[in-house]
Amino acid sequence: MKNINKAFDHRIRLGIMSALVVNEFIDFNTLKEILAVTDGNLASHIKALEKMNYVTIHKQFIGRKPNTKYSASSTGTLAFKKHIEALEKLIKNT
Amino acid sequence: MFQSTLKMAEKNYLKEISEIKSIMNKSSRFISLSGLSGILAGIYALVGASIAIFVLRNYKNSYSGVSLLPISYLEYLLLSIALIILVLAVLTAFILSSKKAKKSGEKLWDTASKRLLINFAIPLFTGGVFCVVLYQNNLIGLIAPSTLIFYGLACLNASKYTLGDIRYLGIVNILLGLIATQYIGFGLYFWALGFGVFHIIYGTVLYNKYDKK
Repeated sequence: MKNINKAFDHRIRLGIMSALVVNEFIDFNTLKEILAVTDGNLASHIKALEKMNYVTIHKQFIGRKPNTKYSASSTGTLAFKKHIEALEKLIKNT
Repeated sequence: MFQSTLKMAEKNYLKEISEIKSIMNKSSRFISLSGLSGILAGIYALVGASIAIFVLRNYKNSYSGVSLLPISYLEYLLLSIALIILVLAVLTAFILSSKKAKKSGEKLWDTASKRLLINFAIPLFTGGVFCVVLYQNNLIGLIAPSTLIFYGLACLNASKYTLGDIRYLGIVNILLGLIATQYIGFGLYFWALGFGVFHIIYGTVLYNKYDKK
């Protein structure tokens, strides 16, 4: 039980990490489409993950348009893996 | 009472895991490849190969007498058959996959499909150029095996970005292409086996696994 991570308690945060761990980068709009959430909702959950150093933000410009890409940090990837392992253990034990 | 809450929790964890898996797949793979289009592509290839064999046989018959067709004409004819088959197959794949994508709410043109297309195209384009080089050097017999090998490599490379089954189609086509290098002159038959029969098998597997409901 101790490995169940509170940061991943929320569906959207779990979704963000699921998408990021299997991709090098994902930009904001693609992430929004994958998870089918609103701008504000996604932004606040990404911020929460960023605060924990689970997500790294890369800001750049495509032409003149700002474009923000996200990737999972190594801390985040490790935490996510532990979370999944804990989930699987719980399912097996019950 | 306690046990029922435990069951509920287990159900939630299971749901959570399946949701994680679905997001991982959706975000990294294009999953709307149509099985039916694989079957149809295989049938086109078989039809094309039989027409080519028919044309070649007629050419050889007339060759003993007085050939009515100059050799360059024959080459153009075979090349246009191949190109028509290719265009038909790509068009079918495009139409059926876009239908399937629409049905499942996936976009046809998104990051996943773009990545799939680019990674499929790189080995294929390399193979195309290489075949032109073979033609330049008059190594015509190696063209059919090379198309099979490079097509196999393209499938293998694409398998990381779509339903994984295409990986096996890639591997068997690479093997078939390598075998075909030892039987120069039978290129068309290997070609029909690789692009025709293997496609039909692959398409059927895909169709039974994902499309049938």
